[in-house]
Amino acid sequence: MAKHKISVTINGAAREAEVESRLLLVHLIREVFGMTGTHVGCDTSHCGACTVVLDGNPVKSCTVLAVQADGAKITTVEGLEQGGKLHPVQEGFTEKHGLQCGFCTPGMLMTTSALLERNKNPSEQEIREAISGNLCRCTGYVNIVKAVQYAAEKMR
Amino acid sequence: MIPAAFDYHRPASLDEAVGLLTRHGDQAKVLSGGMSLLPMMKLRLASFAHLVDIGRVPGLEYIKEDGGFLKIGAMTRQAALERSDLVKGKCPILADAVPLIADPLVRNRGTVGGNVANGDPGNDQPAIMLALGATFVARGPKGERSIAANQFYKGLYSTALAPNEILTEVRIPVPPARSGGAYAKLKRKTGDFAVAAAAVQLTLNTSGAVERCGIALTNAGLTPVETADAAKFLVGRKPDDKAIAEAAKMAAAKSSPSADRRGSVEYKKEMARVLTARALKKALERAGGK
Repeated sequence: MAKHKISVTINGAAREAEVESRLLLVHLIREVFGMTGTHVGCDTSHCGACTVVLDGNPVKSCTVLAVQADGAKITTVEGLEQGGKLHPVQEGFTEKHGLQCGFCTPGMLMTTSALLERNKNPSEQEIREAISGNLCRCTGYVNIVKAVQYAAEKMR
Repeated sequence: MIPAAFDYHRPASLDEAVGLLTRHGDQAKVLSGGMSLLPMMKLRLASFAHLVDIGRVPGLEYIKEDGGFLKIGAMTRQAALERSDLVKGKCPILADAVPLIADPLVRNRGTVGGNVANGDPGNDQPAIMLALGATFVARGPKGERSIAANQFYKGLYSTALAPNEILTEVRIPVPPARSGGAYAKLKRKTGDFAVAAAAVQLTLNTSGAVERCGIALTNAGLTPVETADAAKFLVGRKPDDKAIAEAAKMAAAKSSPSADRRGSVEYKKEMARVLTARALKKALERAGGK
């Protein structure tokens, strides 16, 4: 089986890798690039813990082949903080207690940061719909919604 | 979970893609959004020696109105359909259904071509295309051909596509005046397939009787189920509550779901009846009939 040479821009940095066809994007990020902020949860495209932003859209990186991402711009949770300053959604999750165990948090942050790029003033319903592919088993979502509202206000 | 090893191909044109499929025969599979195929391969429920990724083939991502048809390119993402004013305006049944497919993250990758060509009776768009009387355009080694949605589904994961044909476009006849469509779906939670779902698309004549009607069911058998008897029953009638109830009963009688964690056969058939009635009422309301 031939290997494929791919290049991606991840959190602003150009990276190259030689990958097997079947390598999943989440494993490229975690194991090849060593960035373990992106979590593997269910591994069946249900839970959203592995969410990364691929060319502007949040996607489940356990269900994308690394080779499909060739040429793409990827943002992971490590890329949210800029110059030592937390992204407003990170600040929101901290301020509003938007996590307990924290396992789903990287995925939640990626989905909600992408939501706020598209929609500066989402309603509670829109926030809940946006995160409907990200499962949290601790919080009951109430504080996650508050965290996103906090971030939205901060970004306006 | 990692899929069994395969070779990945990224053709730059449809002809190149068809050539790869022709060379590798049933060892090859088209990769579109990958939202059904990759989970199946990861779970080792499917394996292919070659994946032909049509994601970079230019000209397969569009939604346009042309010559009385709403034409949707096969690589059009569900998220693009969801945001399309053309879909909302011309095809409310599709606008109903898209937000109910999987979840927003999956819809950012999943495509309309994959949804209809996969041949999974749990997918939502096949029933909708049956109700709409849509046509699928396929490209093969001998060129292009059109396949009516109601000639397309042959069995579980089995369609009229030859192994070296690629579905390239979905063509929906733009519904005329006094038309309405609706999709009613029952699911346990976001991301789940339907317990049952019904697609209805109808057109009324000037006196308020049904002129054309399409009804089809999701997850009601090995293929999406078109319930032509129920639709025919309504044609020529003014759809009052009694006629709707009768048509819904006829539609449910055509469903042959299997029992699973989503419910028993009896429950699913009953839900098919309830959802058909709901979709009929909504479609009628949208057609201006009530």
